[in-house]
Amino acid sequence: MTPREKGHVVALPLFAAVVMLALWQLAIVVTKATVFPSPAEVARGVVQLAGKGLLWSYIGDSLYRVTVGYVAAVLIAVPVGLALGRSRFLARALNPLIQMLRPISPLAWMPLAVIWFGVSDLAPIFLIFLAALFPVLLSTMNGVRNVPVVYIQAGRNFGLGPAALIGRVVLPAVLPGILTGLRIAFGVAWLVLVAAEMIAVDSGLGYLIIDARNAGKRYDLVVGGMLLIGVIGLLLDTLLRRAERLQFVRWAFRGGT
Amino acid sequence: MKVRFRDIGMSYGTMKVLDSINLDVNEGELVCLLGPSGCGKSTMLNIVGGFVAPSEGEVTIDGEPVTGPDPRRIFVFQERGVFPWLTVEGNVGFGLAGRPAEERRERIEYYIQLVGLSGFEKAYPRELSGGMKQRLEVARALAVDPDVLYLDEPFGALDSITRLQMRRELLRIWEAERKTILFVTHDIDESVQIADRVVVLSARPGRIRRIVEIDIPHPRDLSDSRYIALRDEIFGEIGLAHQV
Amino acid sequence: MRRLVPLSGIFLFVLLWQVAVSASPGTLIPSPGAAVLAIGELAEKGLLFRYVVASLFRVTWGYLAALLVAVPLGLVLGLWHRGEQALNPILQLLRPISPLAWIPIAILWFGVGDLAAMFLIFLASLLPLTMTTISAVHNIDAVHLSAGRNFGLGQRELVRAVVFPAILPQLIVGMRITLGIAWLVVVAAEMIAVSSGLGFLIIDARNAGSRYDLVVAGMLLIGVIGVVLDLLMRRLEALPSVAWGYGE
Repeated sequence: MTPREKGHVVALPLFAAVVMLALWQLAIVVTKATVFPSPAEVARGVVQLAGKGLLWSYIGDSLYRVTVGYVAAVLIAVPVGLALGRSRFLARALNPLIQMLRPISPLAWMPLAVIWFGVSDLAPIFLIFLAALFPVLLSTMNGVRNVPVVYIQAGRNFGLGPAALIGRVVLPAVLPGILTGLRIAFGVAWLVLVAAEMIAVDSGLGYLIIDARNAGKRYDLVVGGMLLIGVIGLLLDTLLRRAERLQFVRWAFRGGT
Repeated sequence: MKVRFRDIGMSYGTMKVLDSINLDVNEGELVCLLGPSGCGKSTMLNIVGGFVAPSEGEVTIDGEPVTGPDPRRIFVFQERGVFPWLTVEGNVGFGLAGRPAEERRERIEYYIQLVGLSGFEKAYPRELSGGMKQRLEVARALAVDPDVLYLDEPFGALDSITRLQMRRELLRIWEAERKTILFVTHDIDESVQIADRVVVLSARPGRIRRIVEIDIPHPRDLSDSRYIALRDEIFGEIGLAHQV
Repeated sequence: MRRLVPLSGIFLFVLLWQVAVSASPGTLIPSPGAAVLAIGELAEKGLLFRYVVASLFRVTWGYLAALLVAVPLGLVLGLWHRGEQALNPILQLLRPISPLAWIPIAILWFGVGDLAAMFLIFLASLLPLTMTTISAVHNIDAVHLSAGRNFGLGQRELVRAVVFPAILPQLIVGMRITLGIAWLVVVAAEMIAVSSGLGFLIIDARNAGSRYDLVVAGMLLIGVIGVVLDLLMRRLEALPSVAWGYGE
């Protein structure tokens, strides 16, 4: 990239952001809105919340829940996906079941979650688990199916048994696909977390949004909460994208020299 | 003899792909299987490689029947068989996992040098050209010291200039290691340039039309009259095959 | 025999469900039979049809509105590099924000009702559809664009005659996936913001009388309709003007 283009990468979005903020402020002024907050009010509200220490504890709670649910889903979905990818029979038997359960919103499981776990961390964790399970499972399964036959044949040719074949050929070949699935699943998990926190718990970013409105029509905190959710979600997604640059998987992603 | 095809036949449903294949390959020989597309030559290789079981007949190697893939007989695919997640070193050392570290290091170094990839040890396949990847695959195959090498149109994805270079490389390596090699190609020139014997196959069902012995010593002169004569003989043979 | 294998998975699931319920007396979770009876009850009362239609109605309008905005927007951003550079970070920022986080804002602007729910669907569908369109435009084989220009097509004709047909395969797949998302969101949005529909059914059945058989019945209906919508969208993928874009 030329230096000029590099400048554009930063300047253009910045410019667009400034324009958006200006339009926002303008809309507030023009419509004489009293309830919907201006950018400045949002900033003030968030800073105030941080000062009380609540902000960090809410963020911490949200991160804790999403991590536990997500990791649990990955630990189950990857091995199962590997198995389903290798075995045609298992795949054919279980696939329709998966296709049927998949569209059921984790949020539709919410009543069951509340019955089983009450108002506690476990309810959102369970929902996040469900939300992350299917994308990881499916991307792993498809990744395994798409491993070029030559690699399998070469592995067998060198005398690899079934276990070594999976460990030394299938897994490395599938890893990039799994990583992409992990990233997408995390995006879904983050979305579900926020929604789950709006109903089933009493802390966290999702709770913040609902509570801010219910407890005192604090729309500045509502919007502030939304922006925080966006920023943190984006940060975590970027981190996962970084993983795609690791040497062991870089070979599969474009521009990875 | 090293490799023996006895009455090999192969059918997919009612379609007969190979018929009555009888062939003896001697130790250290470089034999080409030559024929048009669909004549079953790749199938023959898959059978002797143990990836597919023949409908009829049996292949034995050193008297032992072939039942499955085996590290003593390594397949060299076109360069797409190279593992993209391993470096050149990693690929060459792939089949050496069970060996002591010292031996592994030595063998890897030796074979990387043999195929002319010195300096690229830490490179990844995506950084290599097609010809280099092909050489990498040969190094990987040789590193485990197999008895037999199978090459299935290994130079097919390369441009014609690189192909000429690769043939020379292959002969050089073969002379250094003296492995038994079964080489599948559809390129008549290629077969006459490298093989000790050329097995000419007919189209479906694949049958051995003729086995031509190439008695020219290496290095072979492409304008030599004997070379041209043998080449034309095979051209004629194939021409008949197309008419049947 | 082949056809039975897929059904066996579902059959097994129902069996395990029944076993789990029988094995834990006093559990609140209803048996498969009770759930099916509950569906029948809804049908009898005429509620089944009404609720399903209500949910579908909201999805359709919110989704279509999003489609009408997302595709042109995606085309513009896909073809205009600077525009995409400028707006992409903002899109990436908005993406992790669950549509449900917009509920307070939606209620503030539209009050409790259909409009709020449709707004949420619109939001939920807008971003994925836009990003799919942008991605599809990027994936157009440069050869096709060159050929179009070679034949003298101006920018607008290029879009109509080359860009739009070229993006259809990827766009339709994206539309199918986004419809699935929209369906999830409508159910969740209904749990909070309206007074009819399948999402409302689930919350209301529990709150109004702990009717867990209706809750599970609702979940089953949601799942089935989700599958049906997905299958219908897959039909679109079979059209000749679209099917060319998919591998063997």
